[in-house]
Amino acid sequence: MTGLFLINILLALAWGAVTGSFAEVNLFFGFVLGMLALYIIREQVGSDRYLRRFWLIFVLALTFVYELVLSALRVAAIVLRPKIDLKPGIIAYPLTVDRDFEITMLANLITLTPGTLSVDVSEDRSTLYVHCIDVPDKQATIDDIKNGFERQILEAFR
Amino acid sequence: MTPIYEIAVGIVLVVGSIFSLIATIGLLRLKDVYMRMHAGSKAGTLGSGLMLIALAVHAGQVDVLTRALAGVVFFLLTAPVAAHLLAKAAYQAGYKPCADTHIDEMADEAS
Repeated sequence: MTGLFLINILLALAWGAVTGSFAEVNLFFGFVLGMLALYIIREQVGSDRYLRRFWLIFVLALTFVYELVLSALRVAAIVLRPKIDLKPGIIAYPLTVDRDFEITMLANLITLTPGTLSVDVSEDRSTLYVHCIDVPDKQATIDDIKNGFERQILEAFR
Repeated sequence: MTPIYEIAVGIVLVVGSIFSLIATIGLLRLKDVYMRMHAGSKAGTLGSGLMLIALAVHAGQVDVLTRALAGVVFFLLTAPVAAHLLAKAAYQAGYKPCADTHIDEMADEAS
């Protein structure tokens, strides 16, 4: 995995050397070309997983931006309403991910998504406390996170 | 720089400012610190991010572009952490959620 990433960077540098330009855009293009090369020889060096992971992280980043826009719009709708009538609450979310950086990532994603804000993690790292700005149905919110971000994180980093 | 670019940059700037304005209104109108963090962390991040992107497009130079994008990435990384820590600190300092809060499983846990 790390090895293939280094090979990909080497390929990008080689592209830079061959074309005689180490400008950022050209190196990035070389990186993409390197990925393409790794894709062509995927059956020989087993780069399938590597490329798939790149793709999943890319999708995760896109989801992140998309959810951020959604949540900003939702906050805007709430704030600009003439009468603010909400049912906020702090719910306990049972974590499936258990590595530190995955929990951090999930907590950050939760904070940037519509109506949720992570407040604390329990001592044993099994529960994430989430503040919801409007939570008529607690289980629906938990299911949303379970089937959305947590699954994506598990797919991208496992 | 064609007129289309200029118009696009202008629109993105205005939209970004509107989101920043909404974040501010949210800080004033919402009831407790936890709900205010929602407004600050989301609308605020999107507002600043959009304005940085508008700047990057307007400048049209690679070094400005990379710096603006780095700014956006750092915003996306730090805003949730800051919101999370403020909420956690407020809770540990004993700041109770407002009366409308109908579930508080953190309090249930502690008691």
